[in-house]
Order: sequence, then structure tokens, then C-alpha cells
Amino acid sequence: MMQSLLHWIDERFPLTKVWQEHMAQYYAPKNFNFWYYFGSLALLVLVLQIVTGILLTMHYKPDSTLAFASVEYIMRDVPGGWFIRYLHSVGSSMFFVTVYLHMFRGLMYGSHREPRELIWLIGVVIYVALMAEAFFGYLLPWGNMSYWGAQVIVSLFGAIPGIGEALAEWVRGDFVISDATLNRFFAFHVILLPLLLAALVYLHIVALHKVGSNNPDGIEIKKNKDKDGKPLDGIPFHPYYTVKDVFGVAVFMMVYLAIVFFVPELDGWFLEKDNFQPADILQTPPEIVPLWYLTPYYSILRAVTFEWLPGGAKLWGVMAMGFAIVLLFFLPWLDRSKVRSIRYRGWMYKTMLILFAVNFVMLGYLGTVNPGHVDLIWFKNVTWAQIGLVVYFAFFLLMPIYTKLDRNKPEPDRVR
Amino acid sequence: MRKLLIVIALLAPPALAQASSNNENLDSVHIDLADRLSLQKGANTFVNYCLSCHNAAYMRYERMASDLGISEQLLKDNLMFAADKPGELMVTTMAPTDAKQWFGVVPPDLSLTARSRGPDWIYTYLRSFYHDESTPTGWNNLLFPSVAMPHVLHQWQGTRTAHFEEVDGNKHFESFVAGVPGQMTESEYNSTIRDLTNFMVYLAEPAKLVRYRIGFWVMIFMVVFIVLSYTLKKEYWRDVH
Repeated sequence: MMQSLLHWIDERFPLTKVWQEHMAQYYAPKNFNFWYYFGSLALLVLVLQIVTGILLTMHYKPDSTLAFASVEYIMRDVPGGWFIRYLHSVGSSMFFVTVYLHMFRGLMYGSHREPRELIWLIGVVIYVALMAEAFFGYLLPWGNMSYWGAQVIVSLFGAIPGIGEALAEWVRGDFVISDATLNRFFAFHVILLPLLLAALVYLHIVALHKVGSNNPDGIEIKKNKDKDGKPLDGIPFHPYYTVKDVFGVAVFMMVYLAIVFFVPELDGWFLEKDNFQPADILQTPPEIVPLWYLTPYYSILRAVTFEWLPGGAKLWGVMAMGFAIVLLFFLPWLDRSKVRSIRYRGWMYKTMLILFAVNFVMLGYLGTVNPGHVDLIWFKNVTWAQIGLVVYFAFFLLMPIYTKLDRNKPEPDRVR
Repeated sequence: MRKLLIVIALLAPPALAQASSNNENLDSVHIDLADRLSLQKGANTFVNYCLSCHNAAYMRYERMASDLGISEQLLKDNLMFAADKPGELMVTTMAPTDAKQWFGVVPPDLSLTARSRGPDWIYTYLRSFYHDESTPTGWNNLLFPSVAMPHVLHQWQGTRTAHFEEVDGNKHFESFVAGVPGQMTESEYNSTIRDLTNFMVYLAEPAKLVRYRIGFWVMIFMVVFIVLSYTLKKEYWRDVH
């Protein structure tokens, strides 16, 4: 019965073929380590965000006079509503945790290098779309930080000479963030960007399965095949990596749910205090900061304080922020090393990568504090942010030089 | 790469610690949502005093009563002065236009104050009032100078004034000067405010009462799930060399 049903489907849709190509006979390197969990985990979070998002949409009201109260209605009167809401709000942060670790994995093992440039490019587009998705979603609870955060970010368009102010007004649909803005951000958050993200993730996986996965040794498993044409160091994705990923999911969900149940605000890092006050156009929060996943770029924006620059500091800050993201797209071609994995690279790339990671965390932290204060040692926060900006750009712009000069170790023929 | 993880892990905690630090000197309050008596006492104070002017417009009487183990009769007789049905939201009877005229501002909604300001702030604020002739209400607050709110609980705490010293042209708080004594001793008053703060923490997030308990069982389930999935993975991977 099932067999004939499958046969009936297969004659009309390549079900078995797709299953074989992408699961049962998709050969993945057998040496995936800890860092290789985060791709599937990011996919899991995407699905969870869509499911919890749909449930929230059933009770949320995208109206500036009702939005804040409707979130509290979900938190109090909707059965289990608080759980769904926390899954979604913590989920947005967990999405960035997984995506950042996933991207860092790529930098470590050279997953962005030929022939996987397109996977990386699609990935960066996903990352940018995700930032937009998070930004639009952050306005929806209509808390005071939602409001002022959106106000600050949208006003950045105003820095563009000539058309800036008109452009910012066009984005807001009003002279300030208002009901019109909330409604369009709602539309972007629940329709446009989820649709885009789903399509991009699909393309990301299609591109990956065309060339096959990289691995911690950064060598091609397709070079060594047995007489049937199967890679010697490859194992079928299903069942090996499906069961392994289930274990990864279990550990990840435990961390995720621990935050949801015990510390959903994570001391202001996942839900900010000021956002428990409704949006108030007359009351600016003492410190306007985006959530942690956007703060590295916010730091770069604020680090440019040189008013003598033509067009003003703000314009250059916005350009620096934009350029910081644009550089990610060029990464596959900036890297001139002959080896992919950090395991066989020389000290220069290793040093630069560690410096970059530490620097990125530092920039993220600096984006949450007052630029004029001294929270780290020696200098004011803004000075550290300027140093951070230089390090960030040096990592990319000097990459063609230091990856070329680096004394690499010989790569093995087979994976370890 | 393990070294790299360690470096990042070492860098993160100081940053996390920084984010929670507060510049104001607040007295810390012991919050215990399992202390039902304290929550009930706090609810009593809240409804009798705070709710006269403030809203808690995201909360329903019925929910409060069932969460705190207050019977419907008790609720109707003692706690529902501004509502007819238990299902109603906790809204004050004071009209916003009147409030604006009397105090200059509409008193803010208190449903979420414990989350936006924090419990320590509430606890300190309600214990920082002093008599001050120079303000319209005759009251001032050390934590929130020139606040529009009068000292509603002064009959309990008593009337006191504040003594300031001039230091380099700045007024510097020295000490409180006791005036008319209140109906409560200092420790009784502190304990009343603690109960009220405790209640407001509950009020800001009723789910908190069940969140930890459910979370505990979820964690146990996850541990079992992790062990099972790891065992399954190990079994499948036995033939991978």
C-alpha cells in the first residue's frame, strides 16, 4: 500500500530522488566537530520563530494605541501566551547566537573559499535580512526602547546628503515613528522578511548540496572516492548527521529553554527594562541602545566622531557601518591563502582571527554603554570603539597581504 | 580552537556584569513569590492605596485573587472598590483629566513598574519620602526629587524632614529628622513596603509564579532527552571510523 503510494508520487514528483540526493545519499565529511551544529540549529530557530510568530500574530494588535497592551494581554490572559512570547523574544537572540557561531565557523575552516563563495554570499544576505527582521520586530511591542531605537536607526537615513530627510520620512510614513510606521514594520516583519528568509535559506542549502560541505580540515573529501564513487571520508547525512543533530538540538534546547523559563530578560540583554514602559514621544530613555546583536555596528557608527570630515561625522559613521557589512561579501576574494582551515594556517591568520573575534565582542559591548564613560581600562569607551573600528577594517583590508605572507602547514590528504 | 573559546568566555562575564550595574544607590529588597502571605498583604496595600490614583490596567482582579489564593467573596468585600465584576481590569476611578489637574501629571500605570524600574527601586522610593514645604504637595522624595506624588503612606511611616548640607554649592543629603511619629515602627513600615514590592513583582509578571516550577520539570525532561539522544547517536556512529 505505502509502496504503491510512494510509486504513485514518484511518478509525479521526485520525492525519493530528493530524499536520496539530500539526505540518504548526501555524503558529508565524517569529521564534523562542535562548530558544525549551528547551521541546523539556526534552521531550527527559524522554524520556531515562524511557529511562535504565527501564534503571537493571532493575539497581537499592530496599532500604536493597542500594541503595548496586546503584548501584556498575551503575557497574562492568553493561556500559555507568556511561554510563546518568551520563546519568540529569546528566540531572536538565540537566532543571532547560532548565526554568529555559524559564521565564525566559516571563518575558521575557510568554508567561504572556492568553490563555496556563493553559499557564503547567500549566507551574508541571510544575515542582513535577519538584522532587518530583528529591527522591524523590535518596534512591534511598542515599548519606549522600541520606539526610540527605531527613531534613531531610521533617522540614520537622514545623514545621506540631499535626499536623506525625505528618505527617512518615506520609510517612517510620517515625520516621527508613528502608527503608520508600526503598521508597515508589522507587514515587513510577518510577511516580507520571513518569506525572503525562507527562500534564502532554501537557496543556501541548495548551493551547499551542489558543492558539498567543507570540514574542519578544509580539504575536499571528493578527491578520495571508492570504486562506487562514494567519498571515502564521507558518511550519509541520514542517519549519521540526523541523529547527531538531534543530540545538538537537545543540548541547544536545554540552554534555550533554561533562559526562557528562568531568565527570559537575561538581565536586560534579551529584554530591555525600558521596553516595559509604553512608547512615549516625550520621554527619551537615558541611553538608547539596540539589542546586543546589532551593537557591534552601532559601535562603529558612534566611533566616527570627526566633525571635520566633509558632510559631517554622522554621514561617515553611517558609511562606515554600511561598509563594515559590505566587506563581508568580499571575504572569499580577500582571503589569498592556499589552505582553508585554521588548522594548517600560519600564525598571522590565527592571530588576526582571534583579534577579530575579541574585537567584535568588545565592539558589541561598547555599543551598549555611554561613549563618554570609562568602562574598560585606560581610555574612554569611544576611544576603544575607534580602536575597534580600525581592527575590524584591518582584519578585512589587510587580509590579502597577511594571508599571502602567512607560512602555512601542509594539508593532509585525508581528513583526521 | 578550544583556546579561542576560552578567551571569548573569559571576556564575556565582565561585560555582562557591567550591564546590570546601577549608578543609583538602592536598598536591596528580598523578593519571595512563594511567600503567599506577603503577596496577599502587598495586594491589600496596593488596592487600598496605590489603586486610588494609579492603574494596573493590564491585570484582572480575578487573576490576582486566584493566583494569591483569595476567595471571590473576600475579593469582592475587601479588594474591589473600583470594579463590579471580578473579571474586570484593575483600573482606578480617578479620571485622567482630574489627575492632571490635581497632580500635574497622570499617575503612571503600575502593572509593569517592577520590571521597568526594578524591585529595589520601588522599595527604596517608597521609603525615601520626606516633608518639604517648598513643593506643591508638601512632600518630596530623595530618590525621585520633586516627584508629583505625595507621601500616601505618611500615616504609617510618620512625618520627617530631610537635613541637607551645602558642599561646594551643591545640596548634599545628610540625614532625616524625625517629626510626627507614624502608626508603624520603622521595621513594620519596611516590612509593609517589602510586601508591597513583592506584590508588585508578581503584578509585573504573574507567569513568574509558575515559570520556575514548569521550568524545573522541563530541565529534567531535557536531561533525559539529551542522554537518550546521545546514546542513540553513539549507537549509530559505532561503525564510523
